[in-house]
Amino acid sequence: MSTHNLRRVFVWQLPVRFFHWVNALAIVVLCVTGYLIGKPPALMSSGEAYERFVFGWIRYIHFVAAYIFFFNFIFRIYWGFVGNKYANWKNFIPTNRKYFQEIWQVIKIDIFQMKGKEHLAVGHNALAGFTYFLVFILFAVQCFTGFGLYEAMSQSWIAGLFAWVPALFGGDFALRQIHHITMWLFILFSIVHIYLVFYHDYVEGRGEVSSMGGGWKFIEEEAFLKEEKEEALSDIT
Amino acid sequence: MAQRPTRTSYYEELRQRGYSRRDFMKFCATIAAYLGLEATGVGQVVQALENKPRIPVIWMHFQECTCCSESFIRSSHPIVADILLDKLSLDYTETLMAASGHQAEQCMRDTMEKYKGEYVLCIEGSVPTEAEGVYCMIGGRTSLDILKEVGAGAKAVIAWGSCASNGCVQSAKPNPTGAKPIHKLLSGVPIIKVPGCPPIGEVMAGVLVHLITFGRIPELDRIGRPKAFYSKRVHDTCYRRPFYDAGLFVETFDDANAKKGYCLYKVGCKGPSTYNACGVTKWNNGTSFPIQSGHGCFGCSEEGYWDAGGLYVRNQPFPGFGIEADADEIGTAAAVVTGAGIAAHAVMTNVRKKKLINNLIKEGKDADKEL
Repeated sequence: MSTHNLRRVFVWQLPVRFFHWVNALAIVVLCVTGYLIGKPPALMSSGEAYERFVFGWIRYIHFVAAYIFFFNFIFRIYWGFVGNKYANWKNFIPTNRKYFQEIWQVIKIDIFQMKGKEHLAVGHNALAGFTYFLVFILFAVQCFTGFGLYEAMSQSWIAGLFAWVPALFGGDFALRQIHHITMWLFILFSIVHIYLVFYHDYVEGRGEVSSMGGGWKFIEEEAFLKEEKEEALSDIT
Repeated sequence: MAQRPTRTSYYEELRQRGYSRRDFMKFCATIAAYLGLEATGVGQVVQALENKPRIPVIWMHFQECTCCSESFIRSSHPIVADILLDKLSLDYTETLMAASGHQAEQCMRDTMEKYKGEYVLCIEGSVPTEAEGVYCMIGGRTSLDILKEVGAGAKAVIAWGSCASNGCVQSAKPNPTGAKPIHKLLSGVPIIKVPGCPPIGEVMAGVLVHLITFGRIPELDRIGRPKAFYSKRVHDTCYRRPFYDAGLFVETFDDANAKKGYCLYKVGCKGPSTYNACGVTKWNNGTSFPIQSGHGCFGCSEEGYWDAGGLYVRNQPFPGFGIEADADEIGTAAAVVTGAGIAAHAVMTNVRKKKLINNLIKEGKDADKEL
């Protein structure tokens, strides 16, 4: 039984945390309103149509959230080039062999829970990073299909930039279908994402959950002593 | 439809048939309105129809049901049918021409040679490509063969209806004849898509009058449809739209909401994804259109509408997930499976990483005692 002396590491810069929570909120709003747009609830009413604008508001909130989501996403891409090393785009796109080795290690240790060397990732681990890359692609798909659908009812030049999308798919039918199923991929991702954050906090005790609040994670000080962090970790655990 | 020695103007032809100047002017004003022209545009239409010689037209029928022709001859203004059908110089059209057999084929050949690069080719129907195109043969030749030959000398091609524009029912899965729309088979000549099953007669007339008046094809959108008629969704011009915005929907076709005329969105109306002029121009002399009759739009002018699920279901099914499963059902099932996977993983974590977790807990408790 050892006692861990932990050191505070500043991992998530304020813009990253800002992006994360704006994104999370936007996705929740978009999924809820999007689901309602796809399957509106039955509202029995004897009122006249002019008295209310319920569905109009739902759609309006969806579109506002979509703009926020879109620009927030663009901002995050920008931050991938100017942010700290944990925010850098290289965390998400595999550029070397080591990245794939790390992905495999995370799958072994964390997913299949095979016995082996525990893995230290101060920022994103490679599997998480790569998953976020795939999720970023989903973000793009959702922006393209969403604004493609929105373009027909908008005077905005921003929506107009996506006018080619419906033409590419032959019309709105296909776009709508893609947009709808991608929403579910977002939901599935969120479920797994939230679970894994708690999982890491639970088994590693480095403050994974709170890190998106203050930006801090707490890393065993042995990890700072040795050149090879991986080796240090095997001693820690 | 024998060749005439001189090409008279549309106006001359109409006067000969007994139409008054007043009838003619009314027609011009009507069609200019459909085209969305400004007031001065009426003058342009008048001048063009008075002076320009008739455009020779070859009208081909491939894999189709002739509903486009039927719709066309029912367009609201009598002159539309008269001027454009009798007088348009339909040099060849299987359905309506008097000639048949070799005589008819000769007629087409004459037009193709005499007016090479001038004639307008109108096509109803898709073209089969499987088995070397034998599924549609006219005069002993495949439609594919005929299309290539006639298309090569055309000034412009008008793809009438959804068959010619996007394949319609013939190209629906599994598409045994390999039916293809015109734009996938013909290149090098401007193609105007006028989708719909059928397209609205006034829209068809409008496209032709635009060609005659301005001598060029109308402005097209990215998909190749005339912007004047296909830039708005049926939804955007629907008179039931206020119910949609209010969230008041017909739940089933026999409920009280249906009687009140609420929005048909939840009973499968595809108006929000369908680009057409139905809500404004309507059908049968502006009498009605599907939504006005209490039936949702099923998107007949959109690509792949036959494969887009039930005509009365808003959400499309997914291939490979059963006939009825839509995105929400598949998504919910996937979420349940994911939840089960997570639960299993959480249990496994407590077993496999027991030592690790217990160490953390003990370390925490020890520290607590020291404080």
